[in-house]
Amino acid sequence: MTKAKALVITGNGTNCETEAAHACKLGGFDEARIAHIAELLTGEVTLDDYHFLNLTGGFLDGDDLGSAKAQANRLRYATVEGKQERLVEQITRFIADGKLILGVCNGFQLLVKMGMLPALGGNYLNQTATLTYNEGGRFQDRWCYLKVDAASPSLYTRGIEGGVYLPVRHGEGKFLVDDAKTLEMIEAKHLSCLKYSDKNYTAATMEFPENPNGSVNAIAGICDETGRIMGLMPHPEAFVHRTQHPRWTREELPEEGEGLIFFKNAAQYVKENF
Amino acid sequence: MPHRIEITLKDEVRDPRGERIKREIAHFLHLEVADVRTIDVYTVDAALSAEELTQVAAGPFSDPVIQNYSIDKPAATGFDYLVEVGFRPGVTDNVGRTAGEAIGYLLGRPLAAGEGVYTSVQYLVSGKLAQADAEKIATGLLCNTLIQRYQILDAATFKAQGGVAPFVPKVQVEAKVEVNTINLEVSDEELMRISRDGVLALTLDEMKIIQAHYRDPQVVEKRKSLGLGAAPTDVELEALAQTWSEHCKHKIFSADVTYDDGSGKTEKINSLFKSYIQKTTADVRAAQGDKDYCLSVFKDNAGVIKFNDDWSLVFKVETHNSPSALDPYGGALTGIVGVNRDPFGTGKGAKLIFNTDVFCFADPFYEKELPKRLLHPRRIYEGVVEGVEHGGNKSGIPTVNGSLVFDERFAGKPLVFCGTAGLMPATIKGEASHKKNIIPGDLIVMTGGRIGKDGIHGATFSSEELNENSPVSAVQIGDPITQKRMFDFLIRARDKALYRFITDNGAGGLSSSIGEMSEECGGCQLDLSKAPLKYPGLAPWEILISEAQERMSLAVPPEKIDEFMDMAKRYGVEATVLGTFTDSGIFHMLYGDKTVAYLPLSFMHAGLPPMQIPARWEKPVHEEPKLAPAADYTTDVKALLSSLNICSKESVVRRYDHEVQGGSVVKPFTGVDNDGPSDAAVVRPILDSFEGVVVGHGICPRYSDIDAYDMAANAIDEGLRNYVAVGGSLDLVAGLDNFCWCDPVLSERTPDGPYKMAQLVRANKALYDYCTVFSMPLISGKDSMKNDFYDGTTKISIPPTLLFSVIGKMEDARLAVTMDVKRAGDQVYLLGATANELGASEYLAQKGFVGNNVPKVDAQAALATYRAYGAALKAGLVASCHDLSDGGLAVAAAESAFAGGFGIELDLAQVPFKGDAAEKSDIVLLFSESASRLLVTVRAEKVAEFEKAMAGTACAKIGAVTAEPTLKVKGLAGNVVVNAGNAELKAAWQEPLKDL
Repeated sequence: MTKAKALVITGNGTNCETEAAHACKLGGFDEARIAHIAELLTGEVTLDDYHFLNLTGGFLDGDDLGSAKAQANRLRYATVEGKQERLVEQITRFIADGKLILGVCNGFQLLVKMGMLPALGGNYLNQTATLTYNEGGRFQDRWCYLKVDAASPSLYTRGIEGGVYLPVRHGEGKFLVDDAKTLEMIEAKHLSCLKYSDKNYTAATMEFPENPNGSVNAIAGICDETGRIMGLMPHPEAFVHRTQHPRWTREELPEEGEGLIFFKNAAQYVKENF
Repeated sequence: MPHRIEITLKDEVRDPRGERIKREIAHFLHLEVADVRTIDVYTVDAALSAEELTQVAAGPFSDPVIQNYSIDKPAATGFDYLVEVGFRPGVTDNVGRTAGEAIGYLLGRPLAAGEGVYTSVQYLVSGKLAQADAEKIATGLLCNTLIQRYQILDAATFKAQGGVAPFVPKVQVEAKVEVNTINLEVSDEELMRISRDGVLALTLDEMKIIQAHYRDPQVVEKRKSLGLGAAPTDVELEALAQTWSEHCKHKIFSADVTYDDGSGKTEKINSLFKSYIQKTTADVRAAQGDKDYCLSVFKDNAGVIKFNDDWSLVFKVETHNSPSALDPYGGALTGIVGVNRDPFGTGKGAKLIFNTDVFCFADPFYEKELPKRLLHPRRIYEGVVEGVEHGGNKSGIPTVNGSLVFDERFAGKPLVFCGTAGLMPATIKGEASHKKNIIPGDLIVMTGGRIGKDGIHGATFSSEELNENSPVSAVQIGDPITQKRMFDFLIRARDKALYRFITDNGAGGLSSSIGEMSEECGGCQLDLSKAPLKYPGLAPWEILISEAQERMSLAVPPEKIDEFMDMAKRYGVEATVLGTFTDSGIFHMLYGDKTVAYLPLSFMHAGLPPMQIPARWEKPVHEEPKLAPAADYTTDVKALLSSLNICSKESVVRRYDHEVQGGSVVKPFTGVDNDGPSDAAVVRPILDSFEGVVVGHGICPRYSDIDAYDMAANAIDEGLRNYVAVGGSLDLVAGLDNFCWCDPVLSERTPDGPYKMAQLVRANKALYDYCTVFSMPLISGKDSMKNDFYDGTTKISIPPTLLFSVIGKMEDARLAVTMDVKRAGDQVYLLGATANELGASEYLAQKGFVGNNVPKVDAQAALATYRAYGAALKAGLVASCHDLSDGGLAVAAAESAFAGGFGIELDLAQVPFKGDAAEKSDIVLLFSESASRLLVTVRAEKVAEFEKAMAGTACAKIGAVTAEPTLKVKGLAGNVVVNAGNAELKAAWQEPLKDL
C-alpha cells in the first residue's frame, strides 16, 4: 500500500505546524513532514511527493495587509529555484492530481484569498469570498459548537454525527462572499460544511459568543465541490486528546478528541485512493 | 513622486474598527459622533509604473470581496472631519514593511534602497463637532504624538485642497559619521551636566571613576599609540553608561546596605542579590544534594532546570514599564517579544512554549485630574493589552497565565511583566545545550532586524524616573514576524550546531550583548560600519547602543560561517559578520579602519565600587478599623466580586491565544460555562507525552503598605499555592523573582529613600526565609527600581511589588485539578487555618482602610498542607481545588460555586481558626486573607481517605456542594450570613471589565 504522506508548511508566521503534524500522525499518516516555505522555494521539498497539504494556523506576515494576504501574493508570484515554475503551479497540479488540502484558520484565510475556496466551477484562482475582522472587532479564543452538514461533499467531516466542538482563535474569521449568488451556490451545493451552532447542534446561530465572528449564514468552514479541499476557522488539530477539552476535568470524555476525525478521514482517503 | 493608494471598505461592509473608535470617543471623551469610518492609506515611495501601481492596489493591498482601492485620488466622502494618523519618521511600520515585500514579490524584484511603503489610517468622523473636538479626538484617542503624526481636515478644506497630500515619513538625517571626544577635565558640576544632558544616568562618583581611568598614564600612552586622544570618545562614554546603568548593572541590588531594623540594631549587607537571592538558590541546591535539578541559574538570559532526561525547561520574566508608560502599545509589544528572546538566547537556544503576563494599572475608570504627560489609565490598559495580544498571538506562543492588578499609584507608572518559558533538548550533538562558550577567533554575527535610532538610551532612561523630557527615541515598536522568521531559522541552525554562542540584543544593544560575550573569551574587535542600518546617518555610538528590536548576537566558528550565512539567506533572515572575538582583553570598536572605542574589559565590567545605601525600617501604623458585625454580608461579597482586583478578566484573556501549540491542559478559564478563573496553568510541551509543565504566580502589592516582608512572603506563598492547587509537584519546582520598586536611594528627591530601601531589604529577607523552607530555588529574575513619576511638583511612587512566578512539573498532567466544583453531594474542605488578618485586604480597602494585621505566612504549616494535598491529588481524591486570596473564603467559595454550576453551603463555625478566640468573627472568617489556604471539594465516597491524607494539617470539613445553585453561609451564631444565587454572584463578578 502507498505510504500516506502529509506535508505541513511553516514559515513567515505560521504557528500551528507542530500540533498539525502531530494530528496527522495520530490520524494515520505514515509520514508528516513539517517543511519551511524556504524549503519549497528552493526546491528541497516538492508538493508532488505528498498527498495531504496542511495550511495551518498562524499570522502569515503578521496578517499585515489583511489576514494571509501577503502569503497569497507570495505563493502566486514566487518561483521555485531551479524549476521553471511558480509555487502556485505546484499547488494547482496538486489539486488536479486529486490530492487533499486542509486549511485551518490562517490556512483557511489563505485558501480563500488565493481563490481556492469555494472555487465554484473548479476555478481555483478566483477569489469570491473572504474572511475579515470579527464583528466584535476583537481576537477571540473560545470553544464553539459546529453543526456539520451531513450532505456536504467534504471528505473530512464524514461520519460526524450532529457536530463537533472545537476552539476558534482568531481576529479575522468573519466569512463574507462577493455576492448573493456565490452564497446561494455554496449553500445549494452543501459546501458550507460547518456552521456555528447551539450546543445541541440543532440550528446555526448568528448570536455571539456561539457565533464568535458574525460570519454570514454562520459559516465556520467550507469545502470545494470535490470535497477534497476544505478550510475552517476552528482548529481540529487542537482537540485530538481529551485533556485539550476545556471541561475534561468534569466530563466523562473519550480518550480521543473530536478534531481527530478530520485527519483520520484524510488518511483513510489517501490510503484508499493512492 | 510618492503615490497614495487608499483602501476603503465597500459601502455595505461593516467597519468594526470604525465602530470601536466611535464607542471609545463616547466612552473616553464624552463626545457623541454619528459615525466613524476608516480608510487604510499606503504611501508608496517607489518607482512604479501606473500599471504596476494598479496591480499592487488590486492585488496584495486590497481584498476585492469587501474593499475598493483608489490611486492618487482621495477616496474619502461623507464626513465632517477627517483625521489621518501615520507614523513619525523612523518609527517601525510593520505593515509598511510587509507591503514593500509584497511589491517585491509581485514585481519579481525587491524595492531599491531608499524606496519604501508607509502606512497611515484615515478616520472619517461624522457628527456635530467643532474643530476643537476633532483635535481632542486626534490627540486624546487616535494618535500617540510621541510616535505618530496626524492631520485634521474639515470637509470643506479637504475639498478645497483636493484631499490629503502625500507625505513620506522618511528619516532624513545628515550623514555625520563623526566621532566626538568629551573632555572630562572639568568641574564636578560640568561632569554632571555631561551625564544629564547625554541621558547617561551616570552618578558623579561614576563620572569621576571614568575621569580617573583616562588620567592613568598607561592608558594615555596606549591610546596615543592607537591614534586616540586622552579624552574618551562618545562611543566609549556611551558604552560605559550602558554597561554601568542600573538597568544592566543592578547597582541597587549589588550595593552595600546599612540596614537599621527599627529597633536600633543595624546590619551591614553586602549585596542583596548575593546575600539573599543567590544564597537562597545555593542553600536549596546544597540541601537537595543529588536531587538538584538546577542546570543554569543567574548566569544566562534565563534560568534553566531539568524537565526530564531529554529536555530542559527555561523561564524568564521581564518588565517593560517605562516604555509602556509612554507608548503603551509599542512598549508592551516590545516587552513580550523582548522577553521571548531571553529563553531563545539562553544556552544554545530554546523553543518557546508559553508566555505569562501580569499588568498593574490604575483604575481604567479613573476620573480625577492627572499630571500632564501621564496617559489616562484606560489608554494604558487598552494599549498594553493590545500590544501583548499582538506580540504573543503573532509569535505563536500561548499566553497561559497572568493577572491584572489595580492600584491608584500605578497611574505614575504601569507595571508590565512579561514572561516566556522554553524547552530545549538536554543535549545537542552530544553537548549540554544549556551551556555555551566562545573561542577567540569566532566571528561576531548579528541576525534579525536592522539598526535605527529607535531605542536609543532605553537602558539609561529606564534607570531614571519618568519626567516631562523623557526621550522619544527610547520607545520601540516590536515586529513579531521578523523575530519569528529569525527564530525559525536559528532553531534549525542550532540543531545543526552552526553556532557556539547566542544571546539577545536587549537593553544597551550591541554594547551590552557584545560586551558580555567578550567576557566569555576575553575580548572583541568589531567594525560598526558593517552593521546593517534602517537608514543612513547613524553615528557610531548610536549604532553601538541602539535597542532596535528583533536582533540576536552570535559567535559562529569560522568553519561554519558559510553554511550559517547560506541558510540565513534561504530563510529570508539578514545576518551580518561584524567582527571577531579575541582574547586581547579589550572591547575594541572600529568604524571602518579607525578605532572609535578601546576599553579594557577589566575596566568596563569591574570598574565600579558598590553604592552605599542607607536603609531604616520603621513599621507604619495605620488606623485600625472597628468593624461592626452585620446580620448579612451578601452585599459585601457581591461588592468584593465586583472589585477590580477580583472581578473577571475574561474580556482580556480571551484576546490571548492560550491554546496554540496544542499542549493546553488547564486553561485560564474552566468550569461548566468555561468561565471560572483557574489558579494556574498546566501545559504539555511534548505532545506525545503526558508530562506537564505547571506555572503560577503570586503578587500582592497592597501588603507593602504594612510590611514588604509580608508582601513578599505572601507573594511567594500565593505563587506556590496556585501551582500546587492544580497539581504542580513540590519535588521539581522553581521560583522567579521580579522586583518593581520605587526609587529607594536617599536623595533630595527621595527623602524617604531609607524607608523604601528597608522595604527592599525586608522583601529579600522573606525571599530567603520562605524559599529555603519550601526548597524552591530561585532560577532567574529581574529588578526595575525607578518606578516613580515626578514632574517637579507631583510625585507618584508605585507600591513596592514583587511578582513571584513559580514553574515546575507534574509527572502526569491527566491528574490535574481545576477550581470548579464538580457535583452535588461533594464535601467541602478548607485547608489551612484562618486568622484575624484583614490588614491590607481587599475587604478593608473597600471600606476605606488599610489596617495593620497583614497575613503572616507560616512556612512549615504551609509546606505540610501542600505536601499532604499533593499526595491526595496524586491519589485521585480531589474533585476541585481553589486557592484563597483576595477577598478570602467568601470570594473563593463564590467563584468555585458559579464556575461549577452548583451551590455551596458552608458553616463558618467549622473553619479552622488560629489566634485569640475573641478575634474570631464572621467578618474575619469570610474575608480575612490568611495565607496558605485552599478550598477543596471531595467526593463523598473518598472523604475518609482524603481526611487520612490530610491528617496532621489544619484541615476541616466546612460544608457541602449542593444541587441548588446558591452560596449559603452560616455564621458563627448559626444564622445565614451570606445567601445569593450563582447567577447574581457571577453577574457581579463579570460586570466591571466585560466591555473593555
